[in-house]
Amino acid sequence: MEARPILHVSQVGINFGGLKAVDGFNLKLYPGGLIGLIGPNGAGKTTVFNLLTGVYTPTEGDIVFNGERINGLAPYKVTRKGISRTFQNVRLFNEQSVLDNVKVAYHSLASHSIFSSIFRLRSHFIGEKEMEAKALAFLRIFQLDKVKDEKAKNLPYGGQRRLEIARALAAGPKLLLLDEPAAGMNPQETKDLMELISFIREQFNLTILLIEHDMKLVMGICERISVLDHGLLIAEGTPNEVQNHPKVIEAYLGEEVVSSHA
Amino acid sequence: MLKKVSTFWLAIVLAFVFYGVVQLLILNGFLNPFYTNTLIFICINIILAVSLHLVIGITGQFSIGHAGFLALGAYISAIMTMKLDMPFSFALFAGGIVAALAGLVVGIPSLRLRGDYLAIATLGFAEIIRIIFLNIDYVGGAAGMQVTHATTWTTSFLCLILTIVVIVNFTNSRHGRACISIRENEIAADAMGINTTYYKVAAFVIGSFFAGIAGGLYAHNFYIIQPANFGFLKSFDILILVVLGGLGSLSGAVISAILLTVVSTFLQELPETRMIIYSLVLVLVMLYRPQGLMGTREITDYFGNWKWKRVKGGNQYGG
Amino acid sequence: MEWLQQLFNGISLGSIYALIALGYTMVYGIIKLINFAHGEVFMIGSFTGFYAIAFWGLGFFPALILSMAVCAVFGVLIERVAYKRLRDSTRIAALITAIGVSLLIQYVVIYIRGAQPEAYPNVLPNRSFDVFGVQISSQSLLILVVSVVLMIVLQFIVHRTKIGKAMRAVSYDPDAAKLMGINVNNTISATFAIGSALAGAAGVIFGVYYTKIDPLMGVIPGLKAFIAAVLGGIGIIPGAVIGGFVLGIVETVVSALGFSLWRDAAAFIILILILIFRPSGIFGKNSKEKV
Repeated sequence: MEARPILHVSQVGINFGGLKAVDGFNLKLYPGGLIGLIGPNGAGKTTVFNLLTGVYTPTEGDIVFNGERINGLAPYKVTRKGISRTFQNVRLFNEQSVLDNVKVAYHSLASHSIFSSIFRLRSHFIGEKEMEAKALAFLRIFQLDKVKDEKAKNLPYGGQRRLEIARALAAGPKLLLLDEPAAGMNPQETKDLMELISFIREQFNLTILLIEHDMKLVMGICERISVLDHGLLIAEGTPNEVQNHPKVIEAYLGEEVVSSHA
Repeated sequence: MLKKVSTFWLAIVLAFVFYGVVQLLILNGFLNPFYTNTLIFICINIILAVSLHLVIGITGQFSIGHAGFLALGAYISAIMTMKLDMPFSFALFAGGIVAALAGLVVGIPSLRLRGDYLAIATLGFAEIIRIIFLNIDYVGGAAGMQVTHATTWTTSFLCLILTIVVIVNFTNSRHGRACISIRENEIAADAMGINTTYYKVAAFVIGSFFAGIAGGLYAHNFYIIQPANFGFLKSFDILILVVLGGLGSLSGAVISAILLTVVSTFLQELPETRMIIYSLVLVLVMLYRPQGLMGTREITDYFGNWKWKRVKGGNQYGG
Repeated sequence: MEWLQQLFNGISLGSIYALIALGYTMVYGIIKLINFAHGEVFMIGSFTGFYAIAFWGLGFFPALILSMAVCAVFGVLIERVAYKRLRDSTRIAALITAIGVSLLIQYVVIYIRGAQPEAYPNVLPNRSFDVFGVQISSQSLLILVVSVVLMIVLQFIVHRTKIGKAMRAVSYDPDAAKLMGINVNNTISATFAIGSALAGAAGVIFGVYYTKIDPLMGVIPGLKAFIAAVLGGIGIIPGAVIGGFVLGIVETVVSALGFSLWRDAAAFIILILILIFRPSGIFGKNSKEKV
């Protein structure tokens, strides 16, 4: 178990105008792991994702991915290093076809230039053909090949979630970040989704970091869980350890009181 | 694949047949200079509309300063032919290149801005370009500059075909898909590994290049160019072509360019009426049909189901 | 003393920009729309004042009040007819509409009365004082006083009245304001009314000060005032005032240095520098899109 971590986050924090959204956050991910990041609403989970993917630059601490320091790197560069993500509120390219959504993710894996495309040189045709074939093969895995010409916005909600994961995977990540992938799904869809996640982890040899608001959901699938509250890491361990951690119970209890009033 | 490629060549052949017929009519005197001039105007306006369509419709960057690049192309090409005795074709190219360089200089800082801030910045840059020409005595200041008549049906049609081919080819490639993804969701495009700044600037530079070409054609069709021709109203004239056609639809931009050029030719004697109609159309389109005439569809989509290949963003006719 | 003179001229010009900029900034603050037609409200105000003085023989203050009232109604009308149904559409659609409305007003006015300019009648006594070598006309002094009084009144409305509180609440969070029982529609209309009234006042003041008005007069001052609003931090009321004065002074100085043809360029260069280096303006806070 003493392998080199694929992602090592140490003492990362960020300030928004004096407000500490995340403070002293630590995380070690080992290759092949499936780790959950949970916490009540507003705990800073999505902020952690934004820090990892370069949307925000941390004001303190270090993020090391694959032995390389990546804090402050632009999001598209982070993606090219091998971290890819989905969004809490699905962010597809709505007017583009399902196929094109995946092709966009393949963008940086192709190399034909603007010039070659404008003048339709050989390299353009070769590059485009290859992208098309790869993207189609990919859609088949996710059973989206039948709707490949459909606009992304016309897919049913579950399909949109699936497409977003497919798109994130097409970018060729080593580490996949999933931000509340089960949000808005019914129990059956959630179950299918969890199976899909286990499947792609095997198939693509991935490390996965999963945000979930609902604690019960992650318990069954994640090996280790980190719990965040008010920007601070309050617990870390196996699902069992976390479940009985007094601070975690307190954090979630507090929230239930709040939400029953709202 | 063979079938798709042949569709492309079929379109090119048809375009040249159309060109030949019109050219024949001009040579035989069936089309008087008034009609010929209207056709040239249509070509210029389509080039402007399609080049702005790449920036606004495809990449989703709201620029309202397109007239600035038109002005650059017009003045640079006029300087080439009138002051430096260069051939017209070279002058056109030079106008396009300088406009593209200006697009680079303007685009790099301002394309970091979003939405309405970008709009205002491009408007500001266009005004600065105009004021610079206003203050240069070499090009006649406010009085303007005399330019010979050199734009013909042939040159404007060739430029038009070149513009459409380049922009369609760009759109239907991984580069065009990257631009569309920025329009659709910039944050997600970034997260998918797209260098968003690069593509925004690239689209802006290509759009500026063709606006510059249009400027050269415009200048050499008019006998005189003045800074006052390139104010905000000119940018607005181009903007309405793209908006009316449908943001994201190239054929929509072409259709509305033809439509509005014809309308404004008829209203030449009544400039106020023309402006009232234009602005009313713009407001009504936004209130009742914000997707414009065509939405993001292309005219080829309508026959797409049986025979023709779709030229919509993302599908390529050659791949 | 030459410099002091220019400074004073700049402040006079700046007070006009500031009055117009207030309308931009208030509207942007509340519905996040650059109301391009605001310059045309200013133009309508100027013409209302002109007709009131030249044909009905009204004095400066009655004409000022009348034109503020007309503009308030006109501004609300624009909002209700054109902008209201765009609240849920994209900001680009709203901006295009605003540009369309602006041009529509310009050309309808030209269609009705022609494009020829009018000479503004002289309604104010014009005596000059010499203060420390600076020529101050009673006219420009009065204009400055009127502008400052209007800004103070506005500050009072925004911070001390119920409608002002509602305006601040809606601009902070429209949904929450609605839940708190604030009538969002009326509050937005009130914002348009107040902003437009200020533009109307600016129109009359402009006419008296520069003596020549025409149907396209709103375009450049409108853009300049918008720049002033951005300069001060759009959505921030004191920012608009400061931005207006700064812009007025800069322009006067550029003209005084002998570059009067570059005066408009100076304003746009300021705009671009501000947008690039500090898009939130002098007083603004930076905000980023929520992911």
